[in-house]
Amino acid sequence: MADQQQGKRSNSRVIAWCMAGVVGMFAFGFALVPLYDVFCDITGINGKTSGRYEAGTGEQVDENRTVTVQFLASNGPGMTWEFRPVVRSVTVHPGEPMTVNFFASNPTDSNMVGQAVPSLSPSEGTLYFHKTECFCFNQQPLEAGESVEMPLVFIVDPELPEHITKLTLSYTLYDQGKPVEVSGPATADTITNNNG
Amino acid sequence: MSAVADTHNQEHHHGPAKGISRWLLTTNHKDIGSMYLIFSFAMFLLGGSMAMVIRAELFQPGLQIVQPEFFNQMTTMHGLIMVFGAVMPAFVGLANWMLPLMIGAPDMALPRMNNWSFWLLPCAFLILVSTLFMEGGAPNFGWTFYAPLSTTYGPPSTTFFIFAIHIMGVSSIMGAINVIATILNLRAPGMTLMKMPLFVWTWLITAFLLIAVMPVLAGAVTMMLMDINFGTSFFDASGGGDPVLFQHVFWFFGHPEVYIMILPAFGAISHIVPAFSRKPLFGYPSMVYATGAIALLSFLVWAHHMFTVGIPLAGQLFFMYATLLIAVPTGVKVFNWVTTMFRGSLSFEAPMLFAVAFIILFSIGGFSGLMLAIAPADFQYHDTYFVVAHFHYVLVPGAIFGIFASAYFWLPKWTGNMYDETLAKTHFWLSFVGMNLAFFPMHFLGLAGMPRRIPDYALQFADFNMVSSIGAFMFGVTQLLFLFIVVKCARGGEKAPAKPWDGAEGLEWTVPSPAPYHTFTTPPEVK
Repeated sequence: MADQQQGKRSNSRVIAWCMAGVVGMFAFGFALVPLYDVFCDITGINGKTSGRYEAGTGEQVDENRTVTVQFLASNGPGMTWEFRPVVRSVTVHPGEPMTVNFFASNPTDSNMVGQAVPSLSPSEGTLYFHKTECFCFNQQPLEAGESVEMPLVFIVDPELPEHITKLTLSYTLYDQGKPVEVSGPATADTITNNNG
Repeated sequence: MSAVADTHNQEHHHGPAKGISRWLLTTNHKDIGSMYLIFSFAMFLLGGSMAMVIRAELFQPGLQIVQPEFFNQMTTMHGLIMVFGAVMPAFVGLANWMLPLMIGAPDMALPRMNNWSFWLLPCAFLILVSTLFMEGGAPNFGWTFYAPLSTTYGPPSTTFFIFAIHIMGVSSIMGAINVIATILNLRAPGMTLMKMPLFVWTWLITAFLLIAVMPVLAGAVTMMLMDINFGTSFFDASGGGDPVLFQHVFWFFGHPEVYIMILPAFGAISHIVPAFSRKPLFGYPSMVYATGAIALLSFLVWAHHMFTVGIPLAGQLFFMYATLLIAVPTGVKVFNWVTTMFRGSLSFEAPMLFAVAFIILFSIGGFSGLMLAIAPADFQYHDTYFVVAHFHYVLVPGAIFGIFASAYFWLPKWTGNMYDETLAKTHFWLSFVGMNLAFFPMHFLGLAGMPRRIPDYALQFADFNMVSSIGAFMFGVTQLLFLFIVVKCARGGEKAPAKPWDGAEGLEWTVPSPAPYHTFTTPPEVK
């Protein structure tokens, strides 16, 4: 009888430990989401460029080196806008700020909101591509038939590894539905998105 | 021993209940083990018939029998049913039957939970299979259900699929907890951890793997559920998520999962090879440590499934070397089995035939795995039939042959009758030839560039595909022979002694055949 009591108690201990493991691993599955984001932020491996870059004053321009930056623009599923870079590629010196424009127009007869999501290739260069101004920092509303030229200002870091001579920046534009009717001046805040 | 038998004969009121309630309400590990095994065989036939549809469509180039949409549903459901419905429940069934007998326990530690974890499975698969009849069809995104195929582009039935996966996960986790509690708490006096039979060891490690990764799978499908129904963006780039994250989470589950499907087979083979070599197993401690090493390494290699998504060089090298490292403990096991056979007095009854085929063919599958693990070469093989050939070589002659070997090895203990050896050998040879005919040409198809999961293909692949289909039909039909052999054995035949295999070792052979409804009510003493 004493043995059985012992058995019962240790069974519940095993169950408790196992359930703790199960709950812990379920939580770990969800923890992988922020962990992955942080890991990608540090290493840049998923090609997601980071958010707004504050240009320092003492940026050295490396005149001896040139880097070609190519631009791609494509539409996400169901997106009907015309979306393309105004120039396909530019050649810059590392450290030199450069402004390029992307063209978008809404050919439909309804007001829409778009969100551009960037991706840089090769991913090794992600950490060395800085955007001081980008249309991808915010959502872009366009009324029916309206078109816009959206600016991107970027600096290629002089620390960019020597063997990288070409960077490709690709934007995918996603349909975010109809503009949200917001009364008051808070509009700019509510549509800010940390897509970077 | 006679004490155990006598107790059984005198206490008829402790026998099984009558009628359907015996099966619905049973808490007996032998009943539940049988139900698991029967269920898994039914799923094996169902998943197998889907494979027959796939091979019939691929018999010739062009679309003959099914539409591409339905073809995709077949590949998806075949994979899901075989992994979660056939292989995993079969091993849980073997564990239910054999673990208490091997460690001298009267039953599993948590018998009521045992009943529940079984009966969840038919419910889960009823839901999963019912999606075939829903509007938009069954899941069609492959058994790996990568987002956004399964989220943005999935059929409406995806939510049912997610629910089915949740229920299967709960069932597996409860089964694993039961195994751990049984092994840790109910071992006979004197059976220390390092005296446990290897099937018990491999199942203990498998149970820990299940507890570690099934919740991660549940998390992945929960995130899918929220992306589909509640507007979150875990895997949706437009909302700031990342589809590649899905692949990381999935394969963090998926890679240990492949060891969940093979480790119990390793354990069973480690009983069968010594029994028919009439020698003790060579290198027992190294077998235990190798199993543990494989389990630990399985958590560090998941990204070798996704070399082509754009992993940095350092990551590719890490996952490549970590994967190649797994060949070391696996090699230890293979060499131990071979050394056990070396200079043994071998005889080749059906369990031994399946076990020897397991060792040879699983090694072939392991070698093609090493080829796939080499990151620069993987870009060529990725998503081709070479991958299909690889994982069928580890799962069919690995997991499935391991289960057949176990079934023939322990059938005399379960039924009290010897199976028909001639028919069993026929079953083996037809399976062996059919399986190799079906899967070996797939290596060449993959190397030549035939992609997986397509209903039609270029003309130059036609001959190999026809050979492969003929092999698959042969393998499929042969499994009906297995059903016949098992039914025949259960209904009668030559009476089996308590220990039908003269070289076999272990407590399970000390109880009479068939094993009485209650065994080891008094624990045996292990010296």
